[in-house]
Amino acid sequence: MDNVLQMVWLIPLLPLIGFLINGLGRNSLSKRMSGIIGSGVILFSFLLSLYVFFNVKGGNSHLAHYFNLIDINSFTIGFDFQIDPLSSLFLLIITGVGFLIHLYSTAYMHAEDGKDYAKYFAYLNLFVFSMLLLVMGGNYVILFIGWEGVGLCSYLLIGYWFKNVNYTNAAKKAFVMNRIGDLGFLLAVFWLLNKLGTTNFTDVFANLSKLSTTDITGITLLLFVGATGKSAQIPLFTWLPDAMAGPTPVSALIHAATMVTAGIYMIARSNVLYNLAPLTQEIIMWIGLATALLAATIALKQNDIKKVLAYSTVSQLGFMFLALGTGNYIAAVFHVMTHAFFKALLFLGSGSVIHGMHHEQDINNMGGLKSKMKITYITFFIGCLAIAGIPPLSGFFSKDSILIGAYEHNKIVYAIALFTACLTAFYMFRLLFITFNGKFRGTQKQWNHVHESPAAMTVPLIILAVLSAIAGFVNIPALFGGTESLTHFLSPVIQQTHQTTLSHATEYMLMGGAVVLISAVISWAYFKFKNYEPKEETSSFGKTLENKWYVDEFYNSILVKPLQAIAAFFNTIVEKKGIDGMVNGVGKVVNYGSRQIRLLQSGQIGHYVLLMVLGILVLLIIQLFF
Amino acid sequence: MEIRWYIGLAVALFSIGVMGVLTRRNAIIVFMCIELMLNAVNLLLVAFSKMHALSPVGLTNPSVVSNAQIFVFFIMVVAAAEVAVGLAIIVMMYRNTHVVDINFLNRLKN
Repeated sequence: MDNVLQMVWLIPLLPLIGFLINGLGRNSLSKRMSGIIGSGVILFSFLLSLYVFFNVKGGNSHLAHYFNLIDINSFTIGFDFQIDPLSSLFLLIITGVGFLIHLYSTAYMHAEDGKDYAKYFAYLNLFVFSMLLLVMGGNYVILFIGWEGVGLCSYLLIGYWFKNVNYTNAAKKAFVMNRIGDLGFLLAVFWLLNKLGTTNFTDVFANLSKLSTTDITGITLLLFVGATGKSAQIPLFTWLPDAMAGPTPVSALIHAATMVTAGIYMIARSNVLYNLAPLTQEIIMWIGLATALLAATIALKQNDIKKVLAYSTVSQLGFMFLALGTGNYIAAVFHVMTHAFFKALLFLGSGSVIHGMHHEQDINNMGGLKSKMKITYITFFIGCLAIAGIPPLSGFFSKDSILIGAYEHNKIVYAIALFTACLTAFYMFRLLFITFNGKFRGTQKQWNHVHESPAAMTVPLIILAVLSAIAGFVNIPALFGGTESLTHFLSPVIQQTHQTTLSHATEYMLMGGAVVLISAVISWAYFKFKNYEPKEETSSFGKTLENKWYVDEFYNSILVKPLQAIAAFFNTIVEKKGIDGMVNGVGKVVNYGSRQIRLLQSGQIGHYVLLMVLGILVLLIIQLFF
Repeated sequence: MEIRWYIGLAVALFSIGVMGVLTRRNAIIVFMCIELMLNAVNLLLVAFSKMHALSPVGLTNPSVVSNAQIFVFFIMVVAAAEVAVGLAIIVMMYRNTHVVDINFLNRLKN
């Protein structure tokens, strides 16, 4: 066991080294070198993660303490890594999918200058490093360091093409939204430190009896606020669709392997805490459900290939939170895993389309691409089937376990979730058919340019397609004679409150019903969109969806505009008139006064003498009478 | 004679000196007025010294009595030195400007 601890620190260190080499040597490294270094370090981390995974497979759990980060009188916070089934699973997802994305990036970003190319890989490596720190951290503080790190890296990468003002604005939006959530997280950590004097996961979960119900509810709610920021839930979800401003592989990295899964991980990690806070769980469930539904409806009407995927991510994250809220943590983690595969696949597939179309993202200008981009089409199709939940692809198993959990919790929740799942199938296949079927709607010149992407891009697509197809088999429910390996694997760290009590007949019925419904929706989408012609949106509801329920406008009018008005008030009144006025006023008084007093210095000796005499007289009078 | 006559004379002399300094423009007259003030003070010092010598304190400590009179000599010496310097300045001023009007000497203004 000790040799595991001897090498786990290498897993996050390698990407950090990659970041340093690429970042510092960006002026001298060739593109080839920076690509090899950037991807290579992640590959090594992945191999190490595999080793760790097989080590903890039997249920081992390790705690590595390296040094004390903060050591003061009342508490000590160590630089600890916790290696257990949950973190090792996330390590695999992050480094595995992360590596494929790095590999893909080497081809996708090839048009960049050598310097920017190295910078890109440096950021990417730093991103993976932060995320690894986040999932390996043995206490909330280390988790928070990684948490902040991914926030920073998302800012850097979303604003990678920083010469475009819209992109930098999107980056700022992502950063600010994340900061709002981070505040909640930080407060929760302070609360824990105040009450328990420790932030170590093991110590916190062992001493929960010392906390009152109010404490637990408060802490879990604040942690959840952090999770809404990072994992793009209502009300802090608007940054994620805007994060599409970054290069497509970055979107894939943010949406699939890193960043947005942080909130899920954190809550799954704190499952013991959340089990004691039914109120918080209820809130999480409803917010997850609302987010899933809202984002799915928005995705129905988006015409930017990446925007559709972005809203679908928000919607899928909503499903995960729904699972967390019903105490079905393993289903949430399972969905994180399958989602990482098919969402990375879909994003990289859309990147391949964008690459082939020379940076065209509007699906109205696409169509009929399947004849020219066979591999992309087939893999994208598999991704769509997986996300829609068609058996036996991975999305079916993970989404089904979420839905079953919802059904047992509350029938209405189940109905809404099922409806949302149908919407998911609809918008994904709408996207697929509009992009790849029908006839091409762009210019002839564009059509001549369309080409299949190079091997560095298609190989990751194929690998991810295979994974999306088969990943569901790691947790086949007992219903199909499976062993639920993932559930057993995670059970040492996760106290699942959700236990299936349904009869097999009911389960079959639910699953069958869901599959039939989703298939019906897909065929409907096929007939509706196989020969799609873009047309102006006329219905007011359609317009509302196209404009994302006007959420951005709503936030603008209730938050941004008033804040700007207050800022303007402080700028013109308090700052310019008040503070500047005071400072300048002192200067003006001195200036004016001295100009007046200067007149006394007339140069006439008589005046000086007169003043002297008067002065002496005054002194004399003071001397005599006071 | 009573001391108040001396005081009155000294005050009169001093006031004449002050008024002269304040009102006259001829440097030499101003200079003379300054001398007048100095000598008014000298007169006062000598008068008080004499009065002091006849007081009970002065009678018991004769050595203290002469202090004021010695002081007068000092003032005279200083005044003489001042005259030497001052007159030299006035001569130089006359050489440069051909006037001895002190209001003419406002070149430092502005």
